[in-house]
Amino acid sequence: MVIKQIAIVLFDGFAFGMLLFVLSVGLSVTLGLMNFINLAHGAFGMLGGYVAVASMQYLGLPFFLALPAAFLAAAAVSVICERTLFRRLYRSDELNQVLFTIGLVFVAAAAAAYVFGTSQQPIQVPSFLRGSIEFSGMRFGAYRLFLIVVALVITLLLVFGLELTRFGAQVRASVDNQRTAQGLGLDVDTIFAITFALGSGLAGLGGALAVEIVGLDPSFGFHYLVYVLIVVSVGGLGSIAGSFFAAALLGICDVAGKYLVPEIGSFLIYLLLVAILFVRPIGLFGRR
Amino acid sequence: MTDATAASSESFRWLQRRRRFSVYEIAFWLATVVPFFVFPTYLTLASQIAIAALFAISVDLILGYAGIITLGHAMLFGIGAYTAGLISKAGWGEPLTGLLLAGGFAGLVGFVVSFIIVRVRHLALIMITLGLGLLSYELANAMEWLTGGTDGLQGVDIWPIFGTFKFDLWGYTAYGYALIVLFIGLLLSRKLVHSAFGLSLRGIRENLKRMPAIGSNYRGHLQKIYTISAAMAGVAGALLAQTTSTVSLDTLSFQRSADVVVMLILGGTGRLYGAIVGAIIFMVARDQLADMNPQYWYFWIGLLLMFVVLVTPDGILGALSRLARIRE
Amino acid sequence: MMPDPAIVLRTEALYKRFGSLEVVRDVSLELPRGARHALIGPNGAGKTTLVNLITGQEKGDSGRIHLDGADITEVPQAARVRHGLTRTFQINTLFPALTPIESVTLAVCERERVAGQFWRSLVAHRRAIDEAFEILQSLGLAEVATRRTRTLPYGQQRLLEIALALATRPKVLLLDEPAAGVPKNESMLLFKVIEALPEDISVLFIEHDMDLVFSFASRIVVLVSGGVLIEAPPDVVRNDQRVREVYLGQARHG
Repeated sequence: MVIKQIAIVLFDGFAFGMLLFVLSVGLSVTLGLMNFINLAHGAFGMLGGYVAVASMQYLGLPFFLALPAAFLAAAAVSVICERTLFRRLYRSDELNQVLFTIGLVFVAAAAAAYVFGTSQQPIQVPSFLRGSIEFSGMRFGAYRLFLIVVALVITLLLVFGLELTRFGAQVRASVDNQRTAQGLGLDVDTIFAITFALGSGLAGLGGALAVEIVGLDPSFGFHYLVYVLIVVSVGGLGSIAGSFFAAALLGICDVAGKYLVPEIGSFLIYLLLVAILFVRPIGLFGRR
Repeated sequence: MTDATAASSESFRWLQRRRRFSVYEIAFWLATVVPFFVFPTYLTLASQIAIAALFAISVDLILGYAGIITLGHAMLFGIGAYTAGLISKAGWGEPLTGLLLAGGFAGLVGFVVSFIIVRVRHLALIMITLGLGLLSYELANAMEWLTGGTDGLQGVDIWPIFGTFKFDLWGYTAYGYALIVLFIGLLLSRKLVHSAFGLSLRGIRENLKRMPAIGSNYRGHLQKIYTISAAMAGVAGALLAQTTSTVSLDTLSFQRSADVVVMLILGGTGRLYGAIVGAIIFMVARDQLADMNPQYWYFWIGLLLMFVVLVTPDGILGALSRLARIRE
Repeated sequence: MMPDPAIVLRTEALYKRFGSLEVVRDVSLELPRGARHALIGPNGAGKTTLVNLITGQEKGDSGRIHLDGADITEVPQAARVRHGLTRTFQINTLFPALTPIESVTLAVCERERVAGQFWRSLVAHRRAIDEAFEILQSLGLAEVATRRTRTLPYGQQRLLEIALALATRPKVLLLDEPAAGVPKNESMLLFKVIEALPEDISVLFIEHDMDLVFSFASRIVVLVSGGVLIEAPPDVVRNDQRVREVYLGQARHG
């Protein structure tokens, strides 16, 4: 019996972790690449969620088209933000970057509240994702399985993309040593713009995927920002493996903590955060 | 007097001038008694502003002067508040000793935390301060038996100051008390900032890499300023507890940590008075716009933040001093 | 073995690798008191890394460092400075918003261990301020003592680099390309300043400009691919076949 409970907690936790991974991996890579602390990443996630919901409600798009719509919308908006606003702050100090991008999240949250109201947004996922799958006497949520599959596919695409494509090699080189990469003739500017768009797009996709599991309201940008930051800092900047592992760890600890000791809330997560960063400030898989 | 001594005196006099009280400072402090006479209905707000200003100064010491970015300083504020409240609940309602004890305890916690703070930088530092702040909130929430949880601390009863000045509903005592503590806090901070220690903090902020290269024990300096800042934040929190006779969880909230950083950016970091100016603007704006939907308050704050960072990263005092320099 | 009192800095088989790249290979150097030695070598030879190892900014994989007979291999950078081992940086590592008088006074106060006193006003440290001013004066920076560092022309910033190092009262001074980026006419002046440094200070400077090296060094160490190729007086080095090959293999300079 206890094994079954543990299995369910692990499963739910891992699925939540996979959601966090999709939300966070973009920020990890762009932070490692450009050292620009973009807290608006959470807002791009929120944008993706609202685009998915709105496109299904008002444009009648099916769920599986709403997801790429969320990705593209977040990617497009992020590129506009990057070109017009963010690049002025690349040489700024960290505090200014933090405050500016937080300001953007405030504005985005207020805009979302104005347009959509403050209540939770409903979403209709396809019926085959709504049930659960029985296995050895335990019920595994179909949507959670879907999340895990999507995250694993994205992980594979990212890893193969980085390791096997030429663009991937350029990204890796730029993350490793920007100045040398530039000296070798790599157009770091464009590399960053594309990577930033991809990363923000993934955040948007994550936001769209999140609606069914954790809901969507204007506070999404903040609430999940903390989780995303924990994943990125604990995992290590610029590391996909780090984000994956940290996200899984965070998801499992969060679900387990709330299941076992609900009064203590997220205390365990924050304690782990402080402890891990103290022992290894660059994150579990961080380099340099 | 040889040329050398004359020239060195010039440098020396330049350094001396830096720490003189400017006429604006004196005017400012004279103006702080105005609320007693002109805005008596706003005395409660005025004491809230004074408390926020003291808290903001404590953050300016580490953020503006030493360059430690913190998103969790409310932890120390809240510890000061709860300590002062609990001391009073335990039967000792004397405000001044309560204030010092609360500040001392917050300073102690700050000292312990400082060992962690000096070992990390950049994102890890931001996340650790954030994590510690969130952690203390959850802990206080969970320890309902001690803190009262979401209901807040009940039964806080503060005795009159020196046996004569009672804390009444009009807020005269509260404002006078908070104002004097703020003034003392500012004077002490001012002294610190214009000492050799203050210079070393600015060195740390300007170029950390150079500090060990000139033989500096910069980690020790950082621990020292963090501890002092923690004590001051604790005093500010204790002030809040004593003047309002309540302590609630929001003294430890991320909201409070974030608000104080916004105040600093508004007013300008690294100037002490920027903290005060920022606190005044923020609190007055929030009070005036309190009727507004919370959504819209965040919209304007967000826009203001973006504007200030892009256009005047030194905040309002920075912009003013640049204007003053241009006019010269 | 008794340490030789005439040798103030000695390294023993210093070794450092980054991954599979050996950046410093088995470097054993001796710097006598009052030396004016130069450290040269092609780009990427490991000169700056060697200085980083000696000053404690980076930790070597093996080897030992001795200052005045004492083993300082495990001693952190700030402590090495307090023992008299100071460096300057190839890229200006100054305090942009501070003025030269403030910067150098800070260095003096750190040396005197009074920089932690938060209750005493800075202007109470009159002797430190006077000493700082004297140092600035000896480097020709007295006129700009109260101007913010970031507003100073590059050449003066380079001099301020040296001023900061002098404020620590070094026994051994390691100068990392002190004339880097400085136009030719000014670099000669800069090196005259270096030449005029007190005789009891031992100087090891990294330089690329061969005119400066041969004019001011009494002994030259040539570092190639992390290892010492030769260590000899200028004439010997100038005529060494291997040195010529190493430098002729580089791009020709005017």
